[in-house]
Amino acid sequence: MGRITLEKVQKKFGEVEVIPPLDLTIEDGEFVVFVGPSGCGKSTLLRLIAGLEDVSDGEIRIDGKPATDLPPAKRGLAMVFQSYALYPHMTVRKNIAFPMKMAGMDQAEQDRRIAKAAGALNLTDYLDRRPGQLSGGQRQRVAIGRAIVREPAAFLFDEPLSNLDAALRVGMRMEISELHKSLETTMIYVTHDQVEAMTMADKIVVLRAGHIEQVGSPLELYKAPRNVFVAGFIGSPKMNLLGGSHAAAHDCTTIGIRPEHLDVVASGGTFTGRVGVAEHLGSDTFFHVHVDGIAEPMTVRAGGEVGLTHGDTIHLVPQADKVHRFDDKGLRIA
Amino acid sequence: MATQHSRAAARLMITPAVFVLLVWMLIPLCMTLYFSFADYRPMRATFEPWIGFENYGRFLTSSAFTSSIVTTLQMVGGILCITIGGGVLMALLLDQPIFGQGIVRILVIAPFFVMPTVSALVWKNMFFNVDNGLFSYAYKALGMQPFDFLSQAPLFSIIVIVAWQWLPFATLILLTAVQSLSSEQLEAAEMDGAPALSRFRHIILPHLSRAITVVILIQTIFLLSIFAEIFVTTNGAFGTRTLTYLVYQRVLESQNIGLGSAGGIIAVILANIVAIFLMRIVGKNLDT
Ligand SMILES: Nc1ncnc2c1ncn2[C@@H]1O[C@H](COP(=O)(O)OP(=O)(O)O)[C@@H](O)[C@H]1O
Ligand SMILES: [Mg+2]
Repeated sequence: MGRITLEKVQKKFGEVEVIPPLDLTIEDGEFVVFVGPSGCGKSTLLRLIAGLEDVSDGEIRIDGKPATDLPPAKRGLAMVFQSYALYPHMTVRKNIAFPMKMAGMDQAEQDRRIAKAAGALNLTDYLDRRPGQLSGGQRQRVAIGRAIVREPAAFLFDEPLSNLDAALRVGMRMEISELHKSLETTMIYVTHDQVEAMTMADKIVVLRAGHIEQVGSPLELYKAPRNVFVAGFIGSPKMNLLGGSHAAAHDCTTIGIRPEHLDVVASGGTFTGRVGVAEHLGSDTFFHVHVDGIAEPMTVRAGGEVGLTHGDTIHLVPQADKVHRFDDKGLRIA
Repeated sequence: MATQHSRAAARLMITPAVFVLLVWMLIPLCMTLYFSFADYRPMRATFEPWIGFENYGRFLTSSAFTSSIVTTLQMVGGILCITIGGGVLMALLLDQPIFGQGIVRILVIAPFFVMPTVSALVWKNMFFNVDNGLFSYAYKALGMQPFDFLSQAPLFSIIVIVAWQWLPFATLILLTAVQSLSSEQLEAAEMDGAPALSRFRHIILPHLSRAITVVILIQTIFLLSIFAEIFVTTNGAFGTRTLTYLVYQRVLESQNIGLGSAGGIIAVILANIVAIFLMRIVGKNLDT
């Protein structure tokens, strides 16, 4: 079981309010991702849940029981740190056994759980090595192994993949998702990478400066961002956000059009501009288009093989119903 | 950089330093070696340049030699225990955010700057003195008979004085080691359910092991030659005669330069054995 509730949770470092009072519920078995730009308070929020920081005000409940004043060890949560935080002088086996040893578990049970975790994480051949003799991905797996043997109520991950190279990151992303499917334990995952958030989450919590901007499934955030910030943050490449006369034509302050919702037409069109940088990915081509009267180049997704090159004139039309409208406070207009 | 020309220039530049070092180290060592095989007692106007290993035999078989070795080991061991135990505690304490951290750190280092003779005199006269030492006042204030540290527990007293001088060194080295421990490791251990004492034993202490071996190595080498503290306080009486002090007594008090020189050479050999032994341990510890 791992239902975590935050009620009016607030965190101040001295006079600085890093997390303004905030409410959030994480259901049992959910994969929740906290996403937001660097320094927005994601780690702090996770550490509040873990108990590594004391809340300044508010209440944390785990499975309905108050946990605000419980020390980290008593909360039944396991955490995987960004730096892995393995114990360098212990072998992989001892690292994984450490939480069980601290809990005074009997040796046979310890061995059984280590064998099971090592099997699941492909670590069986490395149990007698030290962390220093492992690759980044293997260290990551040891850190996960150390977390799963405790059979915690929930797992907390703080940017666990940011020290890995791109290829390994995609692989580990899958493995963590698999792990979640097989364990069905609550997982809270912190990242600044919206691609990780979109691919892994059941529920995404978008944070900015400690505020929750929006909570929802990846597709909800994609289809109906609640404000300009979420609209610009979720989706890759970024949504095109336009103000001025283009927005006025839709009776709002800002309009947002995703690159994949702009069609290239032979002539006419809503926007006419010059092709700048073209990124050819094979399956898709992204054009950065300079349109007169718009400061930022617009991004357009076109098919794999479009016969346009740098300097050509391009005509664009947004797809109907795919234009997001925002009012003067940046909030979505339905 | 390493052209023929620059290498030749470099050799020329270091020649004076090498020359001074050689003269400074080799000449006394050779003189000592030479005297150690001679029967040389200036007060009795005896000088016989070659008597073989007689001095060595006499030095090694005298009862003073064995007891001085035991004393040396007790003294060095005691000082190491206090400085390392105390150093670890001080380092952990100084790592905490406390009010006036900068000043406290400077104060902690201060004893290291006090000359051995001065600190021994200060301890002898201001703390250990039976009539007006601070400890005597404390004993009297508690209604107890003052304790004469230097005659009742002389070895312990010297250990305390020297440990006081070396504690800052140990603290400083261990503090940098404590500060280099990643806080995430400690937090991970905390989440793994390790209480403070277990975190110390399983995370902090192994992390410090390297720094501790370095402290042991450096301190041992310096502590083997403690002299001023003994000279100022007990003059080598009451079982505080270390090997170094014994050599001094043989040369200056008995005026037997041959015997003292033999003792000096033996001390050098023993110190080198200890150093090689310690280097091995450190090397092993630094590998992993
Ligand atoms: N121990 C601390 N003392 C003071 N300020 C802190 C502390 N920890 C974090 N902060 C501040 O809180 C803000 C959020 O930090 P953090 O939660 O680490 O951000 P994120 O993980 O989203 O990048 C930052 O502005 C940071 O400077
Ligand atoms: Mg962070």
